[in-house]
Amino acid sequence: MRQTEAMLSVNGLTKRFGGLVAVNEISFVVKGGEILGLIGPNGSGKSTVMKLIMGVTKPDAGSIMLKGQNIAGWPSNRVARAGIGIVFQHSRPLHRQTVLEHIKLGLLPDKLTTFFMSRALDQRARDIAHLVGLGSVMDRLPGTLAFADLRRMEVAKAIARNPDVVLIDEPFAGLTAGEVEDFSKLIRTLRDEGRAVLLVDHNVKSVAALVDRVFAMYLGNKIAEGTAETVIQDETVRRVYLGGALEVAQRPALELSGESMLSVSNLSVNYGKAVALQNVSLHIREREFVSVVGLNGAGKTTLFNAISGMIPYQGEIKFLGANQQTSSAAEIAQSGLIQCPETRELFGQLSVGENLEIAGLRLNTQDRQKQLDWLFDLFPILKSRIDQAAATLSGGEQQMLAIGRCLMAKPKLLLLDEPTLGLAPVILEQLSKALERLRQTTDLTVILSEQNVTFALPHADRVYVVEHGQIVWVGPPERFAQEAGKDYL
Amino acid sequence: MTSLVQKRLFWFTAIFLIAAFFLPVYSRAYVLGLLTVGFYFAIFSMSWDLLFGYAGEVNFGPTFLIGLGAYTAGILNSRYGLAIPWCIAAGSLAAVVGGVILALPALRLKGPYFGLITLVAVLLMLNVVVVGASVTGGEIGLTIPDVIAIDPVANYYIALALMVVSGGVLFFISRSPVGLILQAIGQNSVEAAALGFNVAKHKLAAFVVSAFFTGMAGAFLAFYLGTASVGTMIDVSVGVQIIIGAVLGGRRTIVGAVLGAIFMIAAGEALRPFGTLSTFIVSLIALIVIMVAPGGFLGLMLHRKERN
Repeated sequence: MRQTEAMLSVNGLTKRFGGLVAVNEISFVVKGGEILGLIGPNGSGKSTVMKLIMGVTKPDAGSIMLKGQNIAGWPSNRVARAGIGIVFQHSRPLHRQTVLEHIKLGLLPDKLTTFFMSRALDQRARDIAHLVGLGSVMDRLPGTLAFADLRRMEVAKAIARNPDVVLIDEPFAGLTAGEVEDFSKLIRTLRDEGRAVLLVDHNVKSVAALVDRVFAMYLGNKIAEGTAETVIQDETVRRVYLGGALEVAQRPALELSGESMLSVSNLSVNYGKAVALQNVSLHIREREFVSVVGLNGAGKTTLFNAISGMIPYQGEIKFLGANQQTSSAAEIAQSGLIQCPETRELFGQLSVGENLEIAGLRLNTQDRQKQLDWLFDLFPILKSRIDQAAATLSGGEQQMLAIGRCLMAKPKLLLLDEPTLGLAPVILEQLSKALERLRQTTDLTVILSEQNVTFALPHADRVYVVEHGQIVWVGPPERFAQEAGKDYL
Repeated sequence: MTSLVQKRLFWFTAIFLIAAFFLPVYSRAYVLGLLTVGFYFAIFSMSWDLLFGYAGEVNFGPTFLIGLGAYTAGILNSRYGLAIPWCIAAGSLAAVVGGVILALPALRLKGPYFGLITLVAVLLMLNVVVVGASVTGGEIGLTIPDVIAIDPVANYYIALALMVVSGGVLFFISRSPVGLILQAIGQNSVEAAALGFNVAKHKLAAFVVSAFFTGMAGAFLAFYLGTASVGTMIDVSVGVQIIIGAVLGGRRTIVGAVLGAIFMIAAGEALRPFGTLSTFIVSLIALIVIMVAPGGFLGLMLHRKERN
């Protein structure tokens, strides 16, 4: 039952936030029975396009035609009833309602006088539960579901009203390879039922197997459109995504004769019954740059949290010769061991300058100014944003600020947890250059935790590979590709 | 599991109601009088829970709505001699209008900002009552000539019936599809709108319902006490008591608020010998319960066995 007419057609869509043009005259068409991938790096405006279609924000110009009707500027609830469903990336389910009740919610009319659920509605909700593969868990509470099933529940809610167009934000975020396969099947069924599907994601690769066409955006503008293959080949796309090649700067081998700066022996951490880390040992020497590589959930963040004294653990952690078991997180941080968490934890309402100043309060005025000047030289963009509230920075700028804030405290050992999380390739390149400069020009010791191996390897003197809470490989980066790389590249 | 909890909730409610019904046979007028006030406060707390637990709006101004109900009814009765049913109807209506007025900023502002507006509404009302003393009785209070009943047992049953009806309606709404939509809105209004629900309409409705019951109970309370006064009906501390009652009883349960509100009234009375310390002790107990059992009294009663 594939259809060929344009289900959703966007023309000259434009949205400005203050002086920033977030979406600039974007036009595209999605037909019934077609999956269009809307891709772009962070800050490209792809999510804004989705919000404009859904009516979460109102466009400044342009039209959004749904089956020939202009819905631009309509409030969300009208857009939803006109025939568009959306699967948000982050959703907060109701804790006390079962899966089935969540689906029923999606089926309810927008009336204040509906006091009873009809039998037909109940049956329809059950049918949808079976359709999306939640048949066996529909009476359970969301808190007891696996993440993949929660995503299915969101899809079920979105298609409850039988929409002509389905928008899905980052369909595969947080799913394992097997789950991605199942979820792709579900999305294909939506297409085969004749719906128009719009997927929003970071890069072509993640959606290439699923989409019929790709529409690529960068800084609010269209940069390419076509099949996944043609878009991947496109010059502009390649430049935006790959930037310049990552340069691997080797430095002369360190003299590794000194004592370990940090030594972790037989570290184990349990979360209730779940084993997060098991007998992990690692040794870091002064001035070393070490990368800890592993997939999501391998235990990297747990390792960092244990080293920073934020969670209880068994085993021994020594920093600068002192046992850390009895030290509080604050004492550990004061002794020069600073963690830069993946969640960044910036003070969102404070300006860039204030965020940095707070981190440098321990220094005297002169040292603080010196450190600040050095930082602004390392991350020039922060200087130009000095009076801006941290929450309004782009993802990449926030990450630079987070790192900068850690550096303000003049750490001896910096734990850098997944700095590349959710960042566009162009930003990675800037981060990469900054890291390399730290490595070449300072005495700083760094442990970098990463999933992104291509980012982690160039800056490493040594690499640890973590898998299911254990260290499974350690060695120099040159040997990584050969001995441990097959799972990561 | 849900059915087990609901079954248990049903039996708790049934036992509570039967006990409440036969209590006047065994009890002194003093206890009945205390519970009569407790029942009215239970209505305030339940109405507040509909706004906070379901629609997700922290309303610091329940007493604004009580005041509108009580003073409208009281003034109409004392100055114009209007019959009691009309006074109560007018009081409820005035509270509904007040609820709509409170809802307007709630539809535009989020979180603490809305909370502050509701607080300001209470303070404004306090000022109006004090400044307009010739009409409102000012700080001394408004004397209301008519009474619904003199007999404490009759008053007790009136309050009990009103609480059962109000609680029944509020509970029914909370468990109905509309309640489900309200919960979704309270959790994430953007998502709820994207599911096709008019957020403003539903929030407004929640405010109207909450205000109606609050205002009506306020008017009844004024006739029961024979007076409407700032200290017992509008003061911010009264509002705090209602809020603590609702949270203590069990947020997002509606019926739990009955336990919480009665506890607040009873404990306040029992600790009266401690003088000003009593407020402190009650607050301390409330704080401990909320910290030990975030689900409140009802959460403790309904879920204790499952945990073991």
